[in-house]
Amino acid sequence: MSRLKDPEIRQLEQNPEPRVFLTEEEDELGGKRMVLNMGPQHPATHGTLRVVLVTEGERVVEADCEIGYLHTGFEKLGEYMTYTQFITVTDRMNYLSAINNNVGYALACEELLGIEVPERAQVLRVLLCEISRIADHILCCGLQAMDLGAFSAMLWCFEEREKIYDIMELVCGARLTTSYTRIGGLFRDVPEEFDGKVNQLLKGMPGVLDELETMLIGNRIFEDRLHGIGVIKKEEALNWGMSGPIARASGLAYDVRKSRPYSGYENYDFDVPTQTAGDSWARFVQRMAEMRESLKIIQQALAKLKPGPINVENKKMNLPEKADVYQNIESLIHHFKQIMLGHGVQPVRGTEIYTPTEAPNGELGFYIVSDGEMNPYRVRVRPPSIYNYAMFTQLTPGCMISDIVAILSSLNVIAGELDR
Amino acid sequence: MSALSQEAIIEAVKSQFEGKIIAEGGHNGQSYIVIDRDDLIEISKYLKETPELKFDMLSDVTAVDHLLMEVDEIPERYAVVYQLTSFELGHRFRVKVPVPEEDTVVPSLYEVWRAASWGERETHDMYGIEFDGNPDLRRLLMPSDYDGFPLRKDYPLRGRGERDDFQQIRRGEDFDAEDQSTEEQSPHLTT
Repeated sequence: MSRLKDPEIRQLEQNPEPRVFLTEEEDELGGKRMVLNMGPQHPATHGTLRVVLVTEGERVVEADCEIGYLHTGFEKLGEYMTYTQFITVTDRMNYLSAINNNVGYALACEELLGIEVPERAQVLRVLLCEISRIADHILCCGLQAMDLGAFSAMLWCFEEREKIYDIMELVCGARLTTSYTRIGGLFRDVPEEFDGKVNQLLKGMPGVLDELETMLIGNRIFEDRLHGIGVIKKEEALNWGMSGPIARASGLAYDVRKSRPYSGYENYDFDVPTQTAGDSWARFVQRMAEMRESLKIIQQALAKLKPGPINVENKKMNLPEKADVYQNIESLIHHFKQIMLGHGVQPVRGTEIYTPTEAPNGELGFYIVSDGEMNPYRVRVRPPSIYNYAMFTQLTPGCMISDIVAILSSLNVIAGELDR
Repeated sequence: MSALSQEAIIEAVKSQFEGKIIAEGGHNGQSYIVIDRDDLIEISKYLKETPELKFDMLSDVTAVDHLLMEVDEIPERYAVVYQLTSFELGHRFRVKVPVPEEDTVVPSLYEVWRAASWGERETHDMYGIEFDGNPDLRRLLMPSDYDGFPLRKDYPLRGRGERDDFQQIRRGEDFDAEDQSTEEQSPHLTT
């Protein structure tokens, strides 16, 4: 059926009842009520989100979210790609912390195949995940400040994020789209200067966090605009399936790293900080507290980092060293058997797995169903943002238009993973 | 109370709903049950409210199209998949509901877990499955005037896109503004 039908017929067929924001009666109130369209291109949406607001003066009566502007069909693409190829797609979901997506997907595949990666690869994954979590949180806190007018705080945060991206560049050659994990291990080992760079980060970061707190906590404008705005109660957070810093800011001590440890998270000593207020302010404080916990984990992981293999021994699961592929025939055959059509990792037909991990925004889950071929039969990504954002329309009635900006930035909705 | 093993969860549901579990299965420490859509709300409420199970969180709603891979326990075309989590006890579980091709309606779990709201909306958008009782079942990711359900297995990966709606002009060809018959000119990519 063609999509190019008569527009009038199409309108009738597709939208039998288009949503009416203002009834005729309300419209005749002499312009008292107004429909305001925020986004899809708006500096406060940090991506492409659209919020339709019905307002009475400055006050929001009703809101409706429209998402999907960045929909790229990642799940459909996954069904046509091999298990290894899909890793590059996971980078593009939460592009602020791509490593966490890589790790989440690789873990799901490994669980499906029933393999465990070596100790060094696990420690490196934890280390880089936590570094990436700091990059995500510090940017979110900076943007939260920027949206409320504190522009210089954002620039400080960006500077720190650049330092973290320098580490990423050192490790895998890319700053944003890392594609660092492979099924059964990692793409390559970290270079020698890695330890020094991470130590530098560990030394500098607490100072930056202190500075940021000194500047923002106690700041009259910043505090007044966040306290009591967008309150999510604990029961609501649980009922709406929220996770990550947003759920923890509401008092829900839900952390996948504790409840279902992966990559050896059970061996690290860290706390799960929680807040009770559940408002935008609590979410800001929560992210600041989580960064300090991440620093603790990084410190421990760095101490644990011992030399060793970074890929599984099983030749049917791992990829050969790239340099060897060009040098000897065995590695070339190995490479061929893993990459070419009809070969590669092929989990048992009919098996399926759901693997949740703790991404910076919350529970990132991959549900993979295998039909025994070299590409997954179904890849479902459970992005944290979509469940965190679903409740947005319930938060807005009664608040001011400027509060919408404060709530949006505190929810940290990343359009890439929201729309996939 | 502590986390239950997957077998214990299946046992608990089985003892309560004798004969209503169509099939069970699992892989690598994760299990699921297949139940009929008529029993979905009843069993969901039981899973949520029983103190020793206490699945207080619906992690995800999605579906699988079994068109190209028939499995024994689900002869129907679609299966809606619910991922359940217990925040308090820490265990997880999966529930599958088969949906036949000719009648794609499943009762909504909106009243049991609010998380079903957008999860069901997305599943509806991608598979065309109706969730009876969901208050807001508009399309979520695709445009509202879109027809077709992209994640169905009979939907091609590549097809006619928006750029096919415009007349294509190639080098050396004369541009004819009058000619609106773009359908013949544009090369359709189909798989």
